[in-house]
Amino acid sequence: MGAAVPFAFQDNAEIARRFPDLHPAFDPQEALTEANRCLNCFDAPCAAACPTHIDVPRFIKKITTQNLMGSALAILDANVLGASCSRVCPVDVLCEGACVMLRYNKQPIAIGRLQRHAMDNFLERGGRLPTKSNRKRDQRIVCIGAGPASLACAAELAQQGFAVTVIERRPLPGGLNTYGVAEYKLRPPDSLREVALIAELGVEFRFGISIENESDLAALELEYDAIFLGIGLGAMHQLRIPGADHPDVVDALEFIARYKTAANLTVGNKVVVIGAGNTDIDAAIAARRLGAAHVTIIYRRAESDISAFGFEYEHAKLEGVGFEWLAQPVAIHADPASGRIVSLECSRMGSNFQLPCDMVIPAIGQTPLSLLERCRGPKYYSGGDCVNGGREVVDAVADGKRAGVAIAKSFEQCHA
Amino acid sequence: MPDLSTTFAGGIRSPNPFWLASAPPANCGEQVMRAFDAGWGGAVWKTIGEPITNVSSRYSSVDWNGQRMMGLNNIELISDRPIETNLREIADVKKRYPRHAVIASLMVESTRQAWHNIVQRSEDAGADGLELNFGCPHGMSERGMGSAVGQVPEYTEMITGWVKEKARTPVLVKLTPNITDIRQIARAAKRAGADGLSAINTINSITGIDLDTLEPRPNVDGLSSHGGYCGPAVKPIALNMVHQLQNDEASRLPISGIGGIGTWRDAAEFILLGCGTVQVCTAVMHYGYRVIEDMIDGLQNWMREKGFTSIEDFRGLSAPKVTDWNHLNLNFKIVARIHEEKCIGCELCYIACWDGAHQCIHLDRTGSLAHRTPPAVEAASRARISVTPIPKLDHGVSSDAPLARVPRVDEDECVGCNLCALVCPVDSCITMERVENHLPRQTWEDLVNGTPHS
Repeated sequence: MGAAVPFAFQDNAEIARRFPDLHPAFDPQEALTEANRCLNCFDAPCAAACPTHIDVPRFIKKITTQNLMGSALAILDANVLGASCSRVCPVDVLCEGACVMLRYNKQPIAIGRLQRHAMDNFLERGGRLPTKSNRKRDQRIVCIGAGPASLACAAELAQQGFAVTVIERRPLPGGLNTYGVAEYKLRPPDSLREVALIAELGVEFRFGISIENESDLAALELEYDAIFLGIGLGAMHQLRIPGADHPDVVDALEFIARYKTAANLTVGNKVVVIGAGNTDIDAAIAARRLGAAHVTIIYRRAESDISAFGFEYEHAKLEGVGFEWLAQPVAIHADPASGRIVSLECSRMGSNFQLPCDMVIPAIGQTPLSLLERCRGPKYYSGGDCVNGGREVVDAVADGKRAGVAIAKSFEQCHA
Repeated sequence: MPDLSTTFAGGIRSPNPFWLASAPPANCGEQVMRAFDAGWGGAVWKTIGEPITNVSSRYSSVDWNGQRMMGLNNIELISDRPIETNLREIADVKKRYPRHAVIASLMVESTRQAWHNIVQRSEDAGADGLELNFGCPHGMSERGMGSAVGQVPEYTEMITGWVKEKARTPVLVKLTPNITDIRQIARAAKRAGADGLSAINTINSITGIDLDTLEPRPNVDGLSSHGGYCGPAVKPIALNMVHQLQNDEASRLPISGIGGIGTWRDAAEFILLGCGTVQVCTAVMHYGYRVIEDMIDGLQNWMREKGFTSIEDFRGLSAPKVTDWNHLNLNFKIVARIHEEKCIGCELCYIACWDGAHQCIHLDRTGSLAHRTPPAVEAASRARISVTPIPKLDHGVSSDAPLARVPRVDEDECVGCNLCALVCPVDSCITMERVENHLPRQTWEDLVNGTPHS
C-alpha cells in the first residue's frame, strides 16, 4: 500500500463475513488466461460503450505482457475511479455487453474482473496517480460533494496543476461509493483507498460542510474561480401511507449506509422492500445477508416493468428474495402492545391483503435537489446524478472528468 | 477401414506410420512397450552411444497467447544409460512386439571401428533399422559428433559409408536443419548408400531470458547454452525442408518426417509432401503416449472421407503443387469478401489492412463514405458521449446498428493477400474469392522468356 489512507474507517469483521465479494478477484494465472482470450478489437466496442472510454483492449493486452503497472495507468488515464468502477459497474450493459464475443456465442471477456486485477495490483504496489502538467495554476476550484463526479473533476484539475477543494457534508468522501454501493461489490475501505489517490494529488477535502442556500453559494463564488456541483440526488421520496413514520420504516439508502458504516447492523426478521430498482435489490439482498429470514420486494407494476438490471433481478432471486407484483402499499400496521410493525397492507387490483413483516424499506426514487436551480453563471459546472437523473458511478466519473477538462480549458481561453 | 501399415526404406515394417522420435519418450524398453500398447507403430530409440552425463535443468519452452509449449528447447544429450542396457531392452521389446518397428538411433566417435561395432551390436539385438544421429545440435557436436558430422557433407558420406559396409538393415540418416542447404548433406548420405532420411532434427535455439534474473533458459547454475528447438513452432520449417529433399533428384530417398507433428493433420501434411513415416516427440512429452489415439483415428477418418485406402494412396500428392515462385500464375486474381452475417465487428481486418497491407478495407457502410484513417476512426469514438443505458431514462434510444462495424472491402484495390482472412477470428467470415479477369495464365518465367503464356 502507498501513503496511509487519510480517511479513517474501522473495518467490521461481521460485515466482511456476511458480504464476501460477489465477483472474486482473479488469480494471476486466471487473469492471464482470460486476458489472452481478448481479440484486441480495433476501435473496440467495449471502449466505446464505456462512458469514460477506457481503452479496454489496451489495458487487457498489457495484462498479457505482465505489464500490470502500465495496465492500471491505461485505465486511470481514462477513469481515475477505475478501481471502484471495476467492481460496481453494470458491465453486462456496458463493456461486457458490447463485447464482440457475444456475437459468436462465446462468453464475453471478463473485462470488469480484469480491470480489478490491474487496479488491485496498482494499489498493492503503492501506485500513485500521475500528474498531467508540472505547471502550477493560479485558479482555485471547489467541488461540492465528494462523490464520483466531484472526485473525477477534482482529480482532472489537480492533475493539470490547479488548486482544488472538495466540500462534503458527510464525514467521509466517496459518496455512494462509500455509503451506497452493495457491500459485496465495493467496501468502504476500498472506496476510501481510491479517494486517497486523489488526495495525494494535493486535493483538499473538507468534511461536515453543507451548502444549503444562496449565501453559502455567494461565499464560494467569492473564494473560487469555478464551482463544480457533484451533489447527486436528494433524499428518497417519503412513503406517504398510514404508519410510514414508524421507526422501523427505513429508506433503502439510509439502510444501506447504516450497515456499511457498521452504525447499525440490525434488521427485521420479515422485511418488505418497496420498489424494484437497483437500490431496492441492493437493500433486499443486504437484509437477507444481515439475517432476515424473509425478504419480499413489492412492486406496483408487473415483473416485466422492473427498472433494476436483469442481472440484479436474477441475483436477488438467487439470494432468496421474494417478489410480489402489482402490489400497491396501503398502510403499515403495528401491534399496539409491542409497538412493532406486524404487516404491510397492500392492494392488488382492488383487493387488499396483508404482508406480515416487522420492517419496511421503501426505495421509491429520489428528489432532485433544488440547489441546482439557484446556480447560474459562468463559474458553475455540474455532473453526475444531479444532472443525469441518476445513472452509474462510471457516468458520474465521465461527467466529472469532462467538466474538469472544460473548466481548465475555460481558463486557457481567458488568458488567450 | 483404411490400412495404415507401412514398409519404409526398403524393409522397416510397422502397423502405422507413427513412430516415436529418438528422444526421452523412447528412452527405455518399459516406455517403448507402453507406447506400443497405446498404439504407436514404431520407435526410434533414444540415441545409443557411450553414456553421457547430463545437466539439470534441460528443457525450456516458448508459450504463446496463454498456450504452453508452442516450442520446446532441450540441451539434453544422448542416452545416459550403458549401451548394453539399451541393446538388451531393444531385444526384449522386439521379442514381445515383433510387428512393431524398433530403430536404433546411433552416435559414436567418428572411427570406422566404433561404427562397425555399434552397428553389429544393434542389429544383433534385433533392431529393424538404424538411424544415424548426425543432427544433435548441442553438446555432442562440441565433441565432434551429431551435427558436427551432419554439417559437413564429406563426414556424412564417410560415416554413412562405414555404416553401410556393415549394416544388414535399412540405414536412415537423420539430418540437421542447422545448415544453409539441407540437400548438400542429403546428397552425401545418398551417395554413401543411405536407405532413407529422417528430417528434421532440432533447430539451434535460445528460447528466452528470465527478465527478473537476466539469465537465459534453461538455467544451469546461472548459465545456459543453445539448445535444440522443436514442437509446433518448427513444423513449417520442417515441411519446407522435407519438400526440398523430395524435390531434389540427388537427395530423394524415403523420408521419415519430423518436426512439430502433434496431430493426424500434421502427419497427413508431411505424408502429402512425400514422407513414408512420421516421428513425434514434443506432443508426447506434453500430453503422453495417448495422443496416438486421435492420430490414428483422425487419419483413418480423413482417409475414408477422401477415399484413400492406404498411406501410399496419398503419399506425395501435394509435393508437385509446391513449385518455384517464378512458376506461379501472375494473372490469378482473388479478392477478400466479408460475409456480413458472420462478422462480429472486431475490425481486426480493417486495422490489419490499413497498417499491414494495402488500405483497401473501409468502415463506410453507414455514415460518411469518406475513407477515414484508423486514427480518425478512434478519435470519433473517443469523442462520442456514451452513458449507461437505463431503460426508464432512455426510452426509445436505440443502439448502433451492427452494420456500422462491418468493414467493406474495396475489391478494385484489394490485392488478394489473404491477411484479413488470416486475422479474422471467425471461420469463413472472410473468404478469398476468385475474380475472373479473362487473362491467360502467365508466370514470371514466361515474362522473362517473352512467351505470352504457358
